[in-house]
Amino acid sequence: MDLTFTPDQEVFRQEARTWLEANVPQPGVLRSLDTKEGFEDHRVFERTLFEGRWSVVSWPEAFGGRDVGIMEWLIFEEEYYRAGGPRRVSQNGIFLLAPTMFEFGTEWQLDRYMAKMASGEEIWCQGWSEPDAGSDLAGIRSKATKVDGGWILNGQKTWCSRGAFAHRCFGIFRSDPEADRHRGLTYYLIDMAAEGVTVRPIGQLDGETGFAEVFFDDVFVPDEDVLGGIGEGWKVAMATAGSERGISLRSPARYTEAAGKLMDLLASTPAGDLGGYDPRAAIADDVVKAYIDAEAYKLHTYMTATKVRAGHKVGAEASATKIFWSEADVNIHRAALRLLGEGADLYEAQERGGLDLSEWLDGYLFALSGPIYAGTNEIQRNVVAERMLGLPRG
Amino acid sequence: MDFSFSDDQQELRSAVAKVLSDWCTPADLHARYVALDADTGRAKGRWEAIADLGVCGLLVNEDAGGLGLSDVDLIGIAEEAGQVILPEPLSTTAGVVFPIAASTAAGAPVVAAALEQGLSATFGGVAFGPKRHSVSTTLDGAMATTPRVANGSADLFLLVADVGGELQVHLTGRDGVSVVATPSLDLTRDLATIHWTPSAETLIASGEAATALVEELLQRAALYSAAELIGLCDAMLTLTASYVSERKQFGVPVGSFQAVKHHLAGARVRLEFSRPALYRAAYSLATNASTAAHDVSMAKSMASDAADEAARVSLQCHGAIGYTFEYDLHLAMKRAWALSADFGDARSHRTRVFDLVSAARA
Repeated sequence: MDLTFTPDQEVFRQEARTWLEANVPQPGVLRSLDTKEGFEDHRVFERTLFEGRWSVVSWPEAFGGRDVGIMEWLIFEEEYYRAGGPRRVSQNGIFLLAPTMFEFGTEWQLDRYMAKMASGEEIWCQGWSEPDAGSDLAGIRSKATKVDGGWILNGQKTWCSRGAFAHRCFGIFRSDPEADRHRGLTYYLIDMAAEGVTVRPIGQLDGETGFAEVFFDDVFVPDEDVLGGIGEGWKVAMATAGSERGISLRSPARYTEAAGKLMDLLASTPAGDLGGYDPRAAIADDVVKAYIDAEAYKLHTYMTATKVRAGHKVGAEASATKIFWSEADVNIHRAALRLLGEGADLYEAQERGGLDLSEWLDGYLFALSGPIYAGTNEIQRNVVAERMLGLPRG
Repeated sequence: MDFSFSDDQQELRSAVAKVLSDWCTPADLHARYVALDADTGRAKGRWEAIADLGVCGLLVNEDAGGLGLSDVDLIGIAEEAGQVILPEPLSTTAGVVFPIAASTAAGAPVVAAALEQGLSATFGGVAFGPKRHSVSTTLDGAMATTPRVANGSADLFLLVADVGGELQVHLTGRDGVSVVATPSLDLTRDLATIHWTPSAETLIASGEAATALVEELLQRAALYSAAELIGLCDAMLTLTASYVSERKQFGVPVGSFQAVKHHLAGARVRLEFSRPALYRAAYSLATNASTAAHDVSMAKSMASDAADEAARVSLQCHGAIGYTFEYDLHLAMKRAWALSADFGDARSHRTRVFDLVSAARA
């Protein structure tokens, strides 16, 4: 056990810090990534990251990465959040699809897609959920029919994050209606500009269109855009789900950074004057719990990264991880809003002790989606119970 | 960054775990509940078997008769002690009393002799409070103090006292104290009140040196009780998972119901994330990291909460059988309740974390 970083890693950290301090825009400069203009603002920033070779540090150099290991990736993420870096508009591609591409993609697919994914030139959305297949993902009904040179897609996908503005979509369709529900699925890489694709944006809690419904009406996808084998869609999708719930979607830095600010917020909150009952003290314990959870998530991630580096695959623990980070995120932001009390729901800029208070509200709305997406936490608890504790399937 | 245990560390842990599970069965523990002092020979044999492993001197330097290893080597062994609900003070002796006493000139030879004879040790006289430590106080050196200790049948006692305004740490054998049993809900903890009088012969540190030792004592006590809590938590969840997989109602195992699954999954997730915090705390103590106090308090607060939650859901998921005296669950549950409150409960440690983090961020 050695919980320190190597001198090389410290050099890497310093290099990242220096670059990010010089290049990360001030808060508020980029418009919301869930608007058309903000989406473009964020793509411009992705381009800047890519040109500095910071957009995908763990990828091979050929696709714009630095070919560094998982620990360096975690270091980069710590520095990214420390610098106040914006949400990544390319996250569905670089964090969810990319690990799957590197595992299952053909050489042609990697050459065609990865560099453009890394630079933000092509933004990807996920086409998995359907109106009648959410947590029960294997229940999807959108169809793929074999034709000469490719496939014809028909059906409807929904809750596609970034779907309103994305260029490409990675989706699962039922390619064999006769096979059993886990076997008849195939994974496709789809052009959102193809004929027959209709996008209907959906307003999220904040009113902006972070996600969308996507309709497929005789959409042609060429054979070379099948990812993994025909009928292998479930297996390929589960590899992505492992990344989504595991360590590649939510690096701990997001939480440790927010939790540190939360501790500052508590320190800067005036003590109440309600006789013997101090509401600040009543919230304080929740604040420290949230801080501790963020720290614990960081440590758990270092431990998982150690195992991954030794060749271990992340299995059912990914479900425990997803429950933990999504709830920690909600708890961090909820504690902040409780500390702010009356006025916590105001959009107008407020500041206290050098903190921009309106970030907590946005952060809370974002955090609330965590226990729902990537498989609800209820489904994840079933997985933990069955696969980590050995309980019988229901 | 290598957040893992070496093969040697894992082998040592497994070897000790094997001895502990052979010598400390639920039947042994039930027997102690029936009559703590009706020794069937198992208790004596058990401590001898543990002492023979040499683990009590694991943290003591080799020139003082120990193995010269670190908290990272010992932490998993303390988890195993919790896992079997060990009544003897293995982690207290090896992780708390011996390393502290051996770091003083007067205590080192006593520890060396104790290791040779296979003695056990416990400590008392200090408690972890939200803001500061409370210490047994005497008006002057002549007045006896009466701290409470777990494992009252131990051979050596590390005792802290405030003597006429000066903090002192003493180390004494049974001949220097009078032990009065003070039964707690967990009878196997062997809780006792110690009557003793501080004297020059038993003094091993005073003043500033004593203050530093007491801080270390509290960190070690919190760390190793956290380790036992993690072991207890694991044991309770394993026992409960096995029970709900067998027990049938409505024609199916009750563990197939989501309500039961979600109770246990919640506790399992807590356990999963408490472990790395425990191991980091052990590493920080082992490397004298400046963050040790923070890391230990974080680990203890997580372990206290994890074990408390595991106890709660384990009882609920068992139903009435878990509420009985004859079933095994209460053995672990009562130890978990005691240790989650001892040496600082979850909330006192969170208060400490807040103070330390605020000071560091200011």
